[in-house]
Amino acid sequence: MAIRERLSGNEAVAIAMRQINPDVMAAFPITPSTEIPQYFSTFVANGQVDTEFVPVESEHSAMSACVGSEAAGARTLTATSSCGLALMWEELYIAASCRLPIALACVNRALSGPININCDHSDSMGARDSGWIQIYSENNQEAYDNFVQAYRIAEHKDVRLPIMICQDGFITSHAVENINLLEDKEVKDFVGEYNPQEYLLNQDHSMAVGPYDIPAYYMEHKKQQAVAMENAKQVILDVAAEFEKISGRKYGLFETYKLDDAECAIVIINSAAGTAKDAVDKLRAEGKKVGLLKIRVFRPFPAKEIAEALKNVKVLAVMDRCEGFSSQGGPLGAEVKSALYTAGSTTKVVDYIYGIGGRDVRVENIEEVYGALFDILATGNIGETYRYLSLRD
Amino acid sequence: MSNVLEIRWHGRGGQGAKTASLLLADVAFNTGKYVQGFPEYGPERMGAPITAYNRISDDPIRVHSNIYDPEFVVVVDETLLECVDVTKGLKKDGAIVINSAKTPDEIRPLLKGYEGRVYTVDARKISVAALGKYFPNSPMLAAIVKVTGIMDDESFLKEMEGSYKHKFASKPEVIEGNMNALRMSLQEVK
Repeated sequence: MAIRERLSGNEAVAIAMRQINPDVMAAFPITPSTEIPQYFSTFVANGQVDTEFVPVESEHSAMSACVGSEAAGARTLTATSSCGLALMWEELYIAASCRLPIALACVNRALSGPININCDHSDSMGARDSGWIQIYSENNQEAYDNFVQAYRIAEHKDVRLPIMICQDGFITSHAVENINLLEDKEVKDFVGEYNPQEYLLNQDHSMAVGPYDIPAYYMEHKKQQAVAMENAKQVILDVAAEFEKISGRKYGLFETYKLDDAECAIVIINSAAGTAKDAVDKLRAEGKKVGLLKIRVFRPFPAKEIAEALKNVKVLAVMDRCEGFSSQGGPLGAEVKSALYTAGSTTKVVDYIYGIGGRDVRVENIEEVYGALFDILATGNIGETYRYLSLRD
Repeated sequence: MSNVLEIRWHGRGGQGAKTASLLLADVAFNTGKYVQGFPEYGPERMGAPITAYNRISDDPIRVHSNIYDPEFVVVVDETLLECVDVTKGLKKDGAIVINSAKTPDEIRPLLKGYEGRVYTVDARKISVAALGKYFPNSPMLAAIVKVTGIMDDESFLKEMEGSYKHKFASKPEVIEGNMNALRMSLQEVK
């Protein structure tokens, strides 16, 4: 039985964590993810979970503690944002290369500087090459659902990689909205027991974790990581299909909205996708053929599937909530253009930097993007391909 | 989209405008609606102007922007009229509710020509009478519920009693005072 509730995105993720009842949480508070370990430590204090909560003195230590406990064989998680994720950088790569299926709730916030506490995706996008699976969430419901699915993906024997579940700081983390929760037992049964194949506390099979890797084997180990990441794609779909059976909610690698016959479309991530859907509906009511593709899974990047979904689109805007300083656009733009080029696409593509440092994204702003795409469609002239949305004069 | 009721709150840090917006989301949720309650975050300090928002709808809400053209505005602190454009974008067929001892006719000249409905309620007087302290958010919450008509007085009071019992579980002595503040405000908003 679904439980009708109203929760902020942070509360929703904390409840998913309670229902999962992991072995260890190590965390250090940082805005806007602070509430997650705060709520969770209350669950620990009240005896609602039997998790060992490790209050560390920095995010560097938080991820180090996660690496240690996960390697020992304990199901482990943490939460962070912005500079907290940046301070974990070194250990993110270690967690991934040690094949430790840690789960991390990332509440997206701008990286300093200038110092700013509001939403953009520069934190998780900066970690995109660390070897973590990255799944993004439009709202509190998706943040909750994605977290419930996280361990089934990360711990799968064909994957065994750490996983990051991202949502927009403040915009969804601090907004109270309707949500449907699963019963505790449904989540517990869905997630299941953690039975790692190899772990440090296995006295029958001693092993070393994280030793020096020599040039003779380093590349082979990296290739194994890459294969595991590729494998994650199918596992993510399989887990989503099972999740749909208990929740009625359908998830894929990405979501398309009115894309089938769209001439002009955008690719977008997280909360602004909801705002953009309202813009699509407004323009559709005026007879304009517009649609969108919302990224759910950014790592592994579903390049072929995205190219296929966008094959009929004539003009496309990729929306990057993160600067890349490539003078061509942001990281999502680079991925999407690479996917389209490889597929031999002739779709015209512009990249928009938008919403960084918490700049508000309105329905009207997205309509403006579609307007610019129709200008390109009408004139055939693409103009500047690297643009800023809602920039002050 | 068009059937979404949008409300904007103006307050000062520490007055509870954010809490009031979340409580309003709570009570609307309990009537079966889809809701959003969220503050606009920045480097807040006690006393600095803050903004919070509500959306209330019969259908799921997808938009995640701030609110620019609200149906209703609540001003939790009268001194904000001097420094914040509180009626900006406020729809003419909407209304503004201001915490003030003045009458609506006395306060209208301060509203930069706003032509819609103007309501006032003396949340300071009510709060001090009911709670012995100045917490304007409970009276302002009752006033906006009355003005918007999103639910009748009795259902509202019943919902709020439940919310306060939860919110003030560790200090139940303040529940009755807050309930009285709500009742007085429902009567006195004009």
